[in-house]
Formats: sequence, C-alpha cells, structure tokens
Amino acid sequence: MARTYVQATINGVATDFLCEPRQSLLEVLRDELGLTGTKEGCNNGNCGACSVLLNGRLVNACCVLGVEIDGAEVTTIEGIGNPDRLHPLQQAFLEEAALQCGVCTPGFIVSAKALLDKEPHPDEQRVRYWLAGNLCRCTGYDKIVRAVLKAADDMEPARQ
Amino acid sequence: MAATEHPSYKVIGTRPVRPDGVEKVTGKAQYGADVRLPGMIHGKILRSPHAHARVLSIDTSEAEKVPGVMAVVTRADFPVAEDVVQDLGEGAVSVKELSDNVLASDKVLYRGHAVAAVAATSPHIAEEAAGRIRVEYAVLPPVLAVRDAMREDAPLLDEQRVTKEMGGQGSGRPSNVASHLRFAGGDVEAAFAAADEVVEREFTTKMVHQGYIEPQNSTASWNADGTLTIWTSTQGAFVVRSQVAEVLRLPVSQIRVIPMEIGGGFGGKIPIYLDPVAALLSKKSGRPVKIVMSRTDVFEATGPTSGSYIRMKMARKDDRITAVQATLAYEAGAYPGSAVGAGAMTMLSPYNIENFVIDAYDVCVNKPKTSAYRAPGAPAAAFATEQMIDELAKNAKLDPLELRLKNSAHEGTRMVNGAVFPRIGAEETVRAALTSPHYRSPIEGPNRGRGVASGFWFNAGLQSSVVASANSDGTVNLIEGSTDIGGTRASLAMQLAETLGLPFEAVRPTVADTDSISYNDVTGGSRVTFASGLAVYEAGQELRKEMVRRAAKLLGVDEAELVYEDGGVQSTRDATKRLRFSEIAAKAGQTGGPIAGKGAVQARGVGAAFGTHVVDVEVDPETGKVQILRYTAVQDVGTAVHPSYVEGQIQGGVAQGVGWALNEEYYYDESGRLLNASYLDYRMPTALDLPLIETVLVEVPNPGHPYGVRGVGEVPIVPPLAAVANAIAEATGHRFRDLPISPRRIMEETQGLA
Ligand code: FES
Ligand code: FES
Repeated sequence: MARTYVQATINGVATDFLCEPRQSLLEVLRDELGLTGTKEGCNNGNCGACSVLLNGRLVNACCVLGVEIDGAEVTTIEGIGNPDRLHPLQQAFLEEAALQCGVCTPGFIVSAKALLDKEPHPDEQRVRYWLAGNLCRCTGYDKIVRAVLKAADDMEPARQ
Repeated sequence: MAATEHPSYKVIGTRPVRPDGVEKVTGKAQYGADVRLPGMIHGKILRSPHAHARVLSIDTSEAEKVPGVMAVVTRADFPVAEDVVQDLGEGAVSVKELSDNVLASDKVLYRGHAVAAVAATSPHIAEEAAGRIRVEYAVLPPVLAVRDAMREDAPLLDEQRVTKEMGGQGSGRPSNVASHLRFAGGDVEAAFAAADEVVEREFTTKMVHQGYIEPQNSTASWNADGTLTIWTSTQGAFVVRSQVAEVLRLPVSQIRVIPMEIGGGFGGKIPIYLDPVAALLSKKSGRPVKIVMSRTDVFEATGPTSGSYIRMKMARKDDRITAVQATLAYEAGAYPGSAVGAGAMTMLSPYNIENFVIDAYDVCVNKPKTSAYRAPGAPAAAFATEQMIDELAKNAKLDPLELRLKNSAHEGTRMVNGAVFPRIGAEETVRAALTSPHYRSPIEGPNRGRGVASGFWFNAGLQSSVVASANSDGTVNLIEGSTDIGGTRASLAMQLAETLGLPFEAVRPTVADTDSISYNDVTGGSRVTFASGLAVYEAGQELRKEMVRRAAKLLGVDEAELVYEDGGVQSTRDATKRLRFSEIAAKAGQTGGPIAGKGAVQARGVGAAFGTHVVDVEVDPETGKVQILRYTAVQDVGTAVHPSYVEGQIQGGVAQGVGWALNEEYYYDESGRLLNASYLDYRMPTALDLPLIETVLVEVPNPGHPYGVRGVGEVPIVPPLAAVANAIAEATGHRFRDLPISPRRIMEETQGLA
C-alpha cells in the first residue's frame, strides 16, 4: 500500500515518517516511532490507554489516523516527564500507589495532565468525570483519583 | 485506614515506592505487546463465526498468495495431541483439550474459537490474508445456558463425554455434565424439621470477564538450534513453558519463556492461547512472530468465568443457621473445568454450619473455556449464601452482622471439605464491620439502602524459588520467578530487607525468565507475597548465616560468639566488634568468594482470607440506575506488608465485584454470538461509577508465615455481589437473585414491566 509522508512535532521534536493511510496514530507511535509508552487496550476508543495530546487536546490515538497529524504537535507519555524529572502527576501516582499492573497508567497521566492544564483545581467529582474515559481494572480508581488531586495541590507553588 | 503499627518491624508495614514504579509512570516499562525484534513479523488468527460446528475443510491457498504473507498454520501443523491429563500449573488439564482450544481440530465449540493463523510483514496484511482462508463448516445447534446443557436432549459438545461421578455411579450416558461433586455432613433433614424457619431460593449469574486492560500477546522465535524463545504477558512463565511443551511436544528445557510486564490478569493469563501458534508460525517463516489479540478476541476467545445456577435451602433455629442444602451448576465453557468445586467449598466457609449437602455440577456449554477469575467460583456462591443469610436475618428481625457473628467460623471450625481452620480472622472482620464508622452511621433518605456480606477464600501456597546475592556495594540482588502484577517486587524486597535488617532501597528485585531461576508456580491464588515471601525469608536466613561465617574470618573470632543483627554482624562478647552488611559484602573476595542465598519452597501454612463489606446505595426510581454512595471493605490481611498495595488490592476487587453485581454480563444471541464484545457494551465500572473505597485492614497474623502474611488479592471480590444486592433489597423492597442487577432489571421488577 502506498505510504504517505508526514511531518509532525512529537514531544517537542520535529519528526517525519511514512505511514499507510490505514495506520492509526497509535500504530504509528508504537510500531513506526518506537514510542511504546502509549498502550492499546481496545483499539476502538473505549479504554483511554492510548490517550495522547494532539495540539494540546486529549484524544485517543487509536481513533486518529497517522496521516491526520501532519503539521500537528503530539505529546505522549514519553514527553511528560522522565526518570530524572518526573512530572508532579507521575510523582503523585508513585507516592499514592495509584498503579498496580501499570498498563493504564500512561493513559491516565496524559488524561489527567490535560485536565490540570485547563483546570488546576478540580474537585473529586470533576476528576472522576474527566477520567471516565480511561478504564483501570486493577485499582478501583480510589488511589488514582487521590493521586490526581494530590498532584494538583503539589503543582500549586509552581504556578505562582 | 492505616494498618496496625508493628514496633518490631522496620520495613514491613511501611509504604515505599515500588522498584518498577518509575518505569511504569514514564511509559518505559516493556509489556508483551511492546516487544520488537529484528526481522519480526505479525500473526493474526482466524476464528470461528459459529458457536458449534464441525470443521469439514480448511483451504489456505488464497491466503498464501497475498503478498507479504510468510506462513500459514492450521491444526494439521501441530503434533498429534496426547489424550493425557497433566498438571500444568493450573490444576489437571487434558493436553488434547488444551491443544483443541489453542487451535480447533475437527470441531469448533464457541464463537471465536481459533481455526487457523497467518503471519505476514504487517498486522494489516496478516488480517487481510486470514480473511481469505476458506473454512467449510457443518453448523450444529449450540447450547448456551447451564440448565439447558444439563437436559438429556441437549446438543452434545463432545459425544464421548460421560459424567465423572465423585464417589457415586453415573448414568454412563453421554452428557455435557463433565463432573458431579458432593459434600455432605450432619443430618440435613433433621435440622430442617427442627428449624424455626426454612427458606429456599434460586440464584443465577452470567458469564463475566476479568477485563484486564492489556490484551493477550505472544512473540515467539524458533531459533536455529531448535530451541524456542517466547516473550509474553503471563501470570506464570513456567506454566506457559509446561503448557507449550505439552502442546508442541518439546522438552521444557528447549523452551525459554521471558515474562514481560503484564497488564492485569486476575486469573485470565494463566492458560495459553497464542504461544504455540506464534511458535509454529515462527518455525515455518524463519522469523520471530508477534501476535496480539484484539479486544473482541479477548472477550470472545479467552477464558471468562462461569455463568451459574444455584438453588439453596437454608434453615434457622433461634440465631443459628442450622442447615444448608445447595445445588450449584457452573458453566465450564467449551471444555470441562469450571470452578464449581471451589464455589461449593467456599460458600459456607465464613460460618460454622453443621448440617449440609452440597451438589456441584461442572457443565460444558458453547461458550469460551472458562478460566480462573479472582477467587474463582466463590463470588457467585457467596452471592447466594449471603443473600439467604440476609433474608433470614430480616425475617427474624436480627441485625445481619450480628447473625453472621453468632454463626461465625473460627479456629477449629471444619470446612465442608473436612479441612479444619487454623487461626483465622472471620469473626474479627465482622466485628470490625459492626464497629466501623460506616456501619454506625445512619443511612437516610428515600430509595437508599445498606447491605452487608462476608466472603472467604482459601489462598494458595505452591512452589516458589528465589536467589539473593550480595553486591560489593552492600545491596542485594533478588532474583525471583513470580510475575509482578501489582507490587510483588516491592512486597518481596521488603521481606528480604526486613530479614536482613537493610533499608528497602538496598534490595534490587528482578523477575527472571525460565532459564534463569528454578521453577515457580503462577502468580495466582493470592500466593506470591506469602509463598515467594517464604522463599525470600529462607534465602535471607542463608545470607545471614553466611555473613556470620565471613565476619568471623574478617574479625578473627569464633563464629559462635557472633550474631547477625540490625543489618550487620555483632560480637556478643565485645561490643566494638561489629561489621555492617556492606563491609562484609565488600570483602567477599577475601573471605571465600561470592555471597548468595537461595530459597526454594513448597509452601505450607497457607493462611485463609476473610472479608466483610458494607455498602450504601441509592436506586433512581425513574431510571433504575444504582449509585454506590459509600463502600467499606473490612479484611483480615494477616500482616499488611505494604499497606497501600494491600488497600489497592481490596479496592480493585471491590470495583470488579460492583461491576459484576450491577452491569457486567456476556450477552449472547440464540445462535451463540456474543453481542457485547467491546468495552462500550461490556460495561465495566469507570471512575465516575464508584466512590472512594474505604478499607479496614484487620491483622490476624498467619501462624504459617514468619511475618504473619496472608494472601490478600482475591477475597475482596467475594462479598460485593451479595452486599450490593442486599443494599438494593433494602432500597427497593425487591430481592434480586439474578445478576447483573442492571437498570433494566430494576425497572422491570420494581415497575412490573417484565
Ligand atoms: S486503545 Fe484507544 S481507547 Fe482503547
Ligand atoms: S493498574 Fe492495571 S489497569 Fe490500571
């Protein structure tokens, strides 16, 4: 199948790749670019494991085509923090024990970041509503919700 | 709520960050689907569109012509499966049935049953090519529900099958009933005759799925020297090895299984599905082959847990439950092996009931072969028992927790299978629930109700082994063979740190592959923190002894005057003579070479788990939607090694149980097509569906473990089904004995719309 040339900024880095029109952004990230932190749980928009930011907006990468991101900015879990400089959300997930198997974790962190970027002080209900598109089967969400609320608190001084 | 303080422990009971945490929050951790090897190609599986059919012929020629296709396999490529029964780590399994489930031979037994597979240069090409394989079927009528399958005129999945009767004579006629078990004690009839009240009810539950977010996957490489390497997400690398060895008739030593990080299992990632297929595709193509299931495949073709039918008769005299008669029939799916036996053995375990007869039937139906799901068999059974007790309590105007307390099992109580409980915390969990702030608070408002329920799970011991090696910088490498699904690297490292008197950070745990550590059973049965913990303790003791020997050389004193304490070796005669662990480790080369300890156990002394849950609900009278207002789970956890991770296990189990109670079900049409094989239609709880889940950790130490550890992972899914149903009964005045208690069912029942 003919492949299309695509240019995009991924995690702040100018990136180009060839992709088939039928390949999703999720496939491009994982299979072509080696960014396997974005996970596949359902491949049809129902689990949020593939959450990424597309021009700052939260999307399911399995529901976006690779060719659609030409000229766009994409942020994946790999662009949110790294082992030496964890994002406050990542730190809070660790401290609050908000992950068990961890396969949903990248999606939750990306999704929660999208929320905190817009709304620095969400309450519990707002966090639950926002995260309802991300499924976690291990935790019962309790510690995830607490971690997001804690990260929001922790980020407070940084904003002033 | 915090666990009890243990003044004597330094590491156990604290809440350090898990060693694999940073990798997991940064997306660096490598799960099975993340494997990428040079030359790797992709496999896809063709699955049966029919629930029951004979396979007449398979023509793969068109698929082979698709450009990019590198191999096609059908069952004809497999070795002939032996008709033998082996214990492959998940109980006894027929090798023929295991092979037939991996790739069908003459018959397909459920929609989604694997029939053939293709490997190609991209997953899309493989999928396209799989669609060009032509399979000729002779479609047969399916049988989908457990009671239908038990009828004498039911379509037979296997014409050769006759019921295995445990301790009795079967009819000898072919049947879908694979086995019948009976547990009996006391005199049921006399107890019923003498009772103040006898209630008899029927209960049903639907097939439900574990719902782990990561689909099954396997990457296999058939190497030039004839060995096979498999990278996969599994609850037990050694169990994958033994199953693949049987199916492919290879010696286990020729197979190396590398366990990747695993995205949830809950029992569902013990059986093999893809591994032998990926292996043969690799053998044929000469390339490493990766297969990843789609979510639809996961729902249709992996092992959910049984739908069930339970009839139960229960007698009360004063405040004692005096007798129970019960019949349980569980759907095994396509091949025998439901958890009905465990259902029967667990259903009365929180109580001391002297007279009982329990009949349990394992029944084959045209749905996927069931596999373990968190406390397998117990939740559906508790759904029946705990509603019966609730009803009897209400009728007698007794507090439902008080009635449970009066009938509670304790040390010395005999289970229905004859086993006698050692020290257990059944009673303690009921007491803690009674005094919990939640239970003492009033529940007010219309359409609201409170429910309680208890639950029991055996927990498992089985085999574990570890190796601990001292590094010259004073740290310890801990090599273990148990898949870490939710924090066991941490809980094992904590136990080693405790044993050695070292800080948590000094222990570096690694989950090794099957060539690098001796045998380990599955991560299942809530056993790893307990059983691998025993192995860790043993390895730690060996290291302590070796440290004393080495210190004697370094200090030039007799071993007999030295003791290991507080992370070092100390003279009992001269307080100034002391060496830290790190000092001894640094000089290992001068005192006899590397310092290592190993632990290998067939774990005994398993501590059973009990839980009691309290839940408040509100039922919307206009929509039938149930909102969980408040949830408290009390559990005897033995010793909470890492309290946060213990709480997490409990909260996760509760969430799955609430989903099972309210929404989750396999929904089939008459032809056996699963109509809700997606996360949109198979409705698992989201963050919006649940409140914070309060936990109360009761610690009744397990006498069978040096730190009192009990398994904690499974029992929390046992009480929620009944607890929620009991709460809904309070809120609506209607008893729901069929799961799920979906909005539709609530409207039908409360508005008479059925
Ligand atoms: S994989 Fe994209 S939403 Fe599930
Ligand atoms: S931690 Fe396993 S799915 Fe969320």
